Amino acid sequence: MRDALGRPQTVAVFGGTSEIGRSVVDLLLRRGAARVVLAGRDTGALEDVARDLRRRHGARADVVPFEAADRSSHERAVDEVFAGGDVDVVLVAFGVLGDQERDERDPAAAAEVVDTNFTAAVSVGVAVAGHLRVQGHGTLVVLSSVAGERARRSNFVYGASKAGMDAFYQGLGAALAPEGVHVMVVRPGFVKTRMTAGMKPAPLATTPEAVAQVVVAGLDRGARTVWAPPPLRAVMTVLRHLPTPVFRRLPL
Amino acid sequence: MPAQLLTGWGRTGATRAEVAAPGSAEEIADVLAGAGRRGVLARGLGRSYGDAAQNAGGTVVDTSALSSPLELDGAGSLKVGAGVSLDTVMQTFIPLGWFVPVTPGTRQVTVGGAVAADVHGKNHHVDGSIGRHVSRMRLVSPTGVHELGPDDDLFWATVGGMGLTGVVTEVELRMTPIETSTMLVDIDRTPDLDATMSLMAEGDEGYRYSVAWIDCLSTGRSLGRSVLTRGDHAPASALPGRRRDDPLAFSPRTRLAAPPWAPSSLLNSMSIRAFNEAWYRRAPRRERGAVHGLAGFFHPLDGVSGWNRLYGRRGFLQYQFVLPFGQEDVLRRTVERLAGGGCPSFFGVLKRFGESDAGHLSFPVPGWTLALDMPIGPPALGPLLDALDAEVAAAGGRVYLAKDSRLRPEHLSAMYPRIDEWRAVRDRVDPDGVMCSDLARRLGLLAHSPGPGPL
Repeated sequence: MRDALGRPQTVAVFGGTSEIGRSVVDLLLRRGAARVVLAGRDTGALEDVARDLRRRHGARADVVPFEAADRSSHERAVDEVFAGGDVDVVLVAFGVLGDQERDERDPAAAAEVVDTNFTAAVSVGVAVAGHLRVQGHGTLVVLSSVAGERARRSNFVYGASKAGMDAFYQGLGAALAPEGVHVMVVRPGFVKTRMTAGMKPAPLATTPEAVAQVVVAGLDRGARTVWAPPPLRAVMTVLRHLPTPVFRRLPL
Repeated sequence: MPAQLLTGWGRTGATRAEVAAPGSAEEIADVLAGAGRRGVLARGLGRSYGDAAQNAGGTVVDTSALSSPLELDGAGSLKVGAGVSLDTVMQTFIPLGWFVPVTPGTRQVTVGGAVAADVHGKNHHVDGSIGRHVSRMRLVSPTGVHELGPDDDLFWATVGGMGLTGVVTEVELRMTPIETSTMLVDIDRTPDLDATMSLMAEGDEGYRYSVAWIDCLSTGRSLGRSVLTRGDHAPASALPGRRRDDPLAFSPRTRLAAPPWAPSSLLNSMSIRAFNEAWYRRAPRRERGAVHGLAGFFHPLDGVSGWNRLYGRRGFLQYQFVLPFGQEDVLRRTVERLAGGGCPSFFGVLKRFGESDAGHLSFPVPGWTLALDMPIGPPALGPLLDALDAEVAAAGGRVYLAKDSRLRPEHLSAMYPRIDEWRAVRDRVDPDGVMCSDLARRLGLLAHSPGPGPL
């Protein structure tokens, strides 16, 4: 159960090797969480993470195999994540950036980005929501992106996939509110991770640790949407309202 | 059954449950028999601050339909339905010359809830907690209906058992005879914690009721300054002439209602400091034999309905712990840390407990208990209270489960060393783990190993 201060006891991450996911888990364990379930594709790497968490935090850490691309396996993986008892916070952290130049010319590659970031996120969201409804409590945190707020020339395939999942989870939040379940959408900007290695950092670039701070602060106050870093909220509000000819001329 | 989002009085950590309102032991037995995997829990008036009366994903039995009987015999033995509030009991029987044996700081609790939390009052150092005054009760557990008395171990597993042994439907309570509905009150304003504690240690035995309101924000030389209020029921002869005509009149009024909405920032360090200052200044330095009404003496906050809303959307918690006698240094250190910790606290209450009663999970042990209301928000609040938990546990103390909303399971067995004994009695009448609460899940109360429960 989460306590009166909003601190969870059990956290599950889909995309357990995600750097943002790991930072969030680290922070929640330091604040008193006692159990972690890591779901992801590379179970070898996840076992390493789990060992590290057990050693550093004395936490219970379990690993569940989960393959975003294999839609038929989602329900089973989600069932397994919940098999060990209530989960207070579920973090949906998997996703791919794709390669814009390739994706806008290669239909299969574009569909793959959308399959992972949107279709799989929706399918996992529906399955997780089923368990949270039964529990009657819990928080579902999903890593969206500012790229979904307005389509940009430089990453619109990725941006479109995030826009879709962002909208889905907003709606899911409305559906689950009467069930005692809370949904929080996280919109990070440019985060320095493996995913963005070699790219030129955008303005207001941030780190996984800083995103984790924003996520946990949002959990504490029961936020529905958070931006990381927080000033991006104002920036995106302006960008969303720029006339298209002006927006297109911006070097974004 | 309608689904509802439920919180405790602190308005934190809402969870969803299906709410049923059975009116008889038979109907309760049906609810227990038809329970799903997430179990069942009784809920009275929802005055526990934390998650004690919540059951996420499960069934919550609203006990308000258990409103009968309400019968007093000539010897002062009251047969009462578990869903009846202490408010109703007092409004009905004070005019007849009978007071409840124990009352918490509010009348708005049910008899069943009072037994489940084994509540204490300002008379604990003389009269113990409420369980001591219960002569019989009827409990509907998942395995049947039990008529229990103080010789049964299930009785004491239920007194203070936080509703986890079953649903109490009826209680027999020994009432306290009174001649008037007024109190004779002595008030002392003390300059610091040491003065407060020595005054209480020396003089409490001379009073049936004693409590100190303590300012937990002042530091330095006025650390722990208090307003100590002690008194007894006034005999008829002590009343001024005009009040002798109707010495047992009791008509408590709700004077104010909190607005339905308040910003989370309303009760902040500054406003709370100002309130504490005013409360301290307005108390007389020393007063003897003042005549006060029962409601003002026992339940000052009942005068403002819905006062918990004043803490805003994020709500608040109450931190209440007890430290055994001999651990006064720890108490002093605790008050210092609370005063300097950057987390404002409201309505600090300090009280000396007398002898314990036999409830396995009953809170009071002989010693000092301190209770504080604290708004949720300051980032330092979690780490501060976690550190205090560790100190309290190490000193042989405990926090009060009926107030708790944030304790961690690792402290449970140190604070409640009879937990395994309680579990053994409980498991006998609920082998399948039907009775469950969010508190039980958070603290692993039902599990035989520490950690969040399996449900």
